[in-house]
Amino acid sequence: MTTLAPTPTTTSSPRVTPRPGIGGTGPAATVRQSFTMAYRGLVKIRRTPEQLFDVTLMPIVFTVMFTYIFGGAISGDVGSYLPVIIPGILVQTAITSSVVTGVQLREDMDKGVFDRFRSLPIARIAPLAGALLADTVRYAIATTITFVVGIVMGLRPAGGLGAVLLAALLVIVVAWAISWVFAYFGVIARTASSVSGIANLVLFPLTFLSNAFVPTDTLPAWLRWFTEVNPVSHLITAVRDLVNHGVVGGDLWLSLLGAAVVVAVFAPLTVRAYMRKA
Amino acid sequence: MTTTPLAVEATGLVKTFGSNRAVDGVDLRVEAGTVYGVLGPNGAGKTTTISMLATLLRPDGGEARVLGHDVRREPQTVRSLIGVTGQYASVDETLSATENLVIFARLLGLSRGDAKRKAVELLERFGLSEAASRPLKKFSGGMRRRLDLAASLIAQPPLIFLDEPTTGLDPRTRAQMWDTIRELVATGSTVLLTTQYLDEADQLADRIAVIDHGRVVAEGTADELKSSVGTASLQLRLADADADALATAASLVERVLGTPAVVSPEGARLTAPMTAPDRVTDLLVSFREAGVSLAEMSVQKPTLDEVFLTITGSPTSADADTDTESERALEGSPA
Repeated sequence: MTTLAPTPTTTSSPRVTPRPGIGGTGPAATVRQSFTMAYRGLVKIRRTPEQLFDVTLMPIVFTVMFTYIFGGAISGDVGSYLPVIIPGILVQTAITSSVVTGVQLREDMDKGVFDRFRSLPIARIAPLAGALLADTVRYAIATTITFVVGIVMGLRPAGGLGAVLLAALLVIVVAWAISWVFAYFGVIARTASSVSGIANLVLFPLTFLSNAFVPTDTLPAWLRWFTEVNPVSHLITAVRDLVNHGVVGGDLWLSLLGAAVVVAVFAPLTVRAYMRKA
Repeated sequence: MTTTPLAVEATGLVKTFGSNRAVDGVDLRVEAGTVYGVLGPNGAGKTTTISMLATLLRPDGGEARVLGHDVRREPQTVRSLIGVTGQYASVDETLSATENLVIFARLLGLSRGDAKRKAVELLERFGLSEAASRPLKKFSGGMRRRLDLAASLIAQPPLIFLDEPTTGLDPRTRAQMWDTIRELVATGSTVLLTTQYLDEADQLADRIAVIDHGRVVAEGTADELKSSVGTASLQLRLADADADALATAASLVERVLGTPAVVSPEGARLTAPMTAPDRVTDLLVSFREAGVSLAEMSVQKPTLDEVFLTITGSPTSADADTDTESERALEGSPA
C-alpha cells in the first residue's frame, strides 16, 4: 500500500449509540416485523393476481373436470361422487400450492431487496416468517373456492357448516406445515425453477397415488399398500369424515401429528439454513 | 493533525471466495462527516468491502469498526446505524414507491402513521411524489436509484454506504444524484461510496482510497493523489507503432525526464509525469536524434485517470460488465 499522504493520527472512534426505537429483535418486534413482511406478501399478491391462478382457477377446473370424468364411472353419478372428490381436490390443491412458498422465497432471496432486509436492524427470521404467514391466505382462498364450487355442483355436506370450517382449518394447517418443507428447499436451492421441479416430482405421485379420486380397493396390492400409508390419504379421509359425517376421526389426529412432525423437523432445518444465508 | 472521530475503521479486512482473495487486507479510516470514496475497476473488491462493513458478509480476516462497533461482534447495532444503497436497486419491483418505503419504515419500528408521513416526506425530498403510487416497473433507472437512496435514509442513519450510486445512469441523472449526495453530507451524515468513475470520486469525495485486486493501492485527497503523479503530464503518440520505437521512446523519457513513462502499446502512446516543463525541449531533441517521430503531443493536467494508471499500471476498464456479474454472483454466497 502506498500511502501518499500521512493519514491523520486519529484513533478515537467513539461508540455511537443507535437512536432508540429503530428496529429491534425482541419477541414483540419479531412478531410485528413478521406481520409487516406478511403484509408485503399480500400486497405483492394483490399487484400480481396471476400468482393466485393455482389457488383460484386450478381448483375450479380440477373439480369440474374430474367430477364429470370420474363421477359416473366411480360412484354411479356425479352427485354421489362429490363427497368423495371434493376433499380429494381440496387437499391436492392446498398441498400443491404450498410449493409456491419455496419458489417465491427463492425468487425473493435472489433479488436486491433481500440485501436491504439483511442490512436492516430487524429479526433475521422475519422475512421467512412473513412469507409463511402470507401463504396461509393462499390456502384459505383455495379451500374456500373448492368448497364453493363443490356446493354449487351439488355437494351437501352432511357434517354441517362447523365441520366444513373445521375441515378447512385442518387443510390450511397441514398445508402450512408442508410449506416448511418447500421453504427449506427454497432456501437451499439455487434457482426457483429447481424448487418447483423437485416439488412436482414428489407431489404428483404423492397426491395421485392416494385415495383422492378412486376407492383404493380396486388397486393392486402393492399400490393399495402405498395409498394406505400415504399421509395424503389420511388427510383426505380426515376431511371426508368431517365434511360428510361430521366425525372427528383418528385420521384427523394422525394428520395433525404428521403436520407437527413435519414442522418439528423442517422448521429448525429451514431456519438454520436461512440464517446461514441471511 | 487533528483528532476527528472515525466513522469507519477497518484494518486488514480479508474476504476469500474459494481460492479468490476478493478483498486482500484492506485498511480504511473514514472520518465522521466526510465523503469517502473507494475507487477501483470492476472486480477490485469494492462491493465486497462495503458488504463486510455493512454486515452483509462476514470478514474472513481483519477487523472493522463502524461508529465504534465491531461489525462481527455487534452486527445488529451496526445495522441500526447505517443505511445501505446497493449497486442494484434494493427495492421491491412489484410494489409502489410509497409501499416500499412504508414497509421498510414499519420494519424499522415506525407506527403506521409515522411510516406514511416519512414515506411522503422522503418522496417529496427526492422528487418522486408524482410517481408515488406507480409500480416500480415503470420507474426509470434514476428514479429507482433515488427511491433506493430514500429507503436508506428512513432511520436517518449517521453513516450511509453507497455502492456505485451512479453506475448506469445518464449524465444528467448522475449530476442530480451527485447533488443529492452533497445535500446528505451537508446534513452531517458520513458517506462511504464506491465508484469506478474517477470524476465522481473527484467531484464528491474528501478522501479517496484507490483499490485494485482487493488491496488499497493509494490513499489521500484527490489533490494529493493527483500531485503524486506530477503537476501535469506529457502525452506522446508515436507515428511509428512498432515495439522498438516505443521502447526507445520510453527509455529516452526515463533518461531525460527522470521518471518512467506509462506505455500503452495499443495506441503507441506514452504518458509521463511532467515535473519540469523545461526538460521537454531536451526530450524532443533527443527524440529527433534517435529518429523517433511523433504523431501527436499534448500536455494534460493530471486527472485521477493518470493516478489510476500510474498506481495500478493498468487502465481502468469501465465496461467490463462480466466482471461485475461474477463479483455479484460471488457476493451472493453465504456470509
